[in-house]
Amino acid sequence: MTRFVILLPVLLAAAAAQAAPGPAQQAELDAYTGMAKAADPNFGGFSAARGQALFLATSKTARPDTPSCTTCHTTDPTKVGRTRAGKEIGPMALSAKPDRYSVMADTEKWFARNCDSVLMRACTPMEKGDFITFMTGQ
Amino acid sequence: MKPSSTRLALAAAALLIAAPATAQTALPPTSSPAASPQATTAKECGACHMVYPASLLPARSWTKLMGGLASHFGENAMLDPATATTIAAFLTTNAGDVSGNRRLRGLSASDTPLRITDTPGWIRSHRKITAAEFSSAKVKSRSNCVACHAGAAQGSFEGDED
Ligand code: HEC
Repeated sequence: MTRFVILLPVLLAAAAAQAAPGPAQQAELDAYTGMAKAADPNFGGFSAARGQALFLATSKTARPDTPSCTTCHTTDPTKVGRTRAGKEIGPMALSAKPDRYSVMADTEKWFARNCDSVLMRACTPMEKGDFITFMTGQ
Repeated sequence: MKPSSTRLALAAAALLIAAPATAQTALPPTSSPAASPQATTAKECGACHMVYPASLLPARSWTKLMGGLASHFGENAMLDPATATTIAAFLTTNAGDVSGNRRLRGLSASDTPLRITDTPGWIRSHRKITAAEFSSAKVKSRSNCVACHAGAAQGSFEGDED
């Protein structure tokens, strides 16, 4: 216990040195972890690499105007994106927009819309957690 | 808190969040009941495009549009039911046929346009604008009112030729 108390600040400091989820982002990740475990008891954690692949992929089932997440968000998560109507979208990388992934209702709304537009289906809790894991490390 | 009770509390929290979110139809509300209907409309519609004034379409058009958000001009634009109801009420009570917008004159009662650019007033007042002007770098699209009408988002097309 004592060793744990001493170690904890060291671990926190190490985590803060890189881009890392804050408490609000961690709460979303924890919620998606719960959902992913409920869907699959063998769920083995989120993967930034899978999140990146989802972000960059060109979907074969997309609606014609939205073939990829990058259609609106661009291929660089630290850059400003644009909607089809021309409106600016703030960067998706947490380092470039620190209030990202902090309000669960908003995050759920956009996953529901954008996964349906690009993939013609809902994203799974694992895909959502992978995506946030990738973006909070950017 | 002991580790076991921490884990229990986390599991309970995860279950609470997981229950409504797994059903796509039960999205949690993104708007606060304390916000004005106008502010909610501006926030949600304005996330993707200019906030088109409600007076530019008749109430029946807004009702049809709000009923079809799952396929909104080629995109999914679904809202949670509470927010959608608030916005639909705001748009229909301020609609052009309710406020008597003269730009809707000539629109047949059996016609329910979903695009503002399909209304008679819009077509009349833009008949001299060429396709090249609409696709120019400055304008890009017919839906980009503010490129030429600075007050468009506030509902003001005053002083613009028509
Ligand atoms: C048609 C344009 C478009 C496409 C395609 C698109 N998005 Fe988005 N996305 C937006 C807009 C607009 C927002 C909201 C604006 C903002 O948050 O700055 C947004 C926000 C989000 C958010 C909310 C972030 C937060 O802070 O909670 C997530 C998550 C997201 N998008 C994921 C995706 C994923 C995953 C894909 C691909 C499957 C995708 N988007 C494709 C337009 C798009």
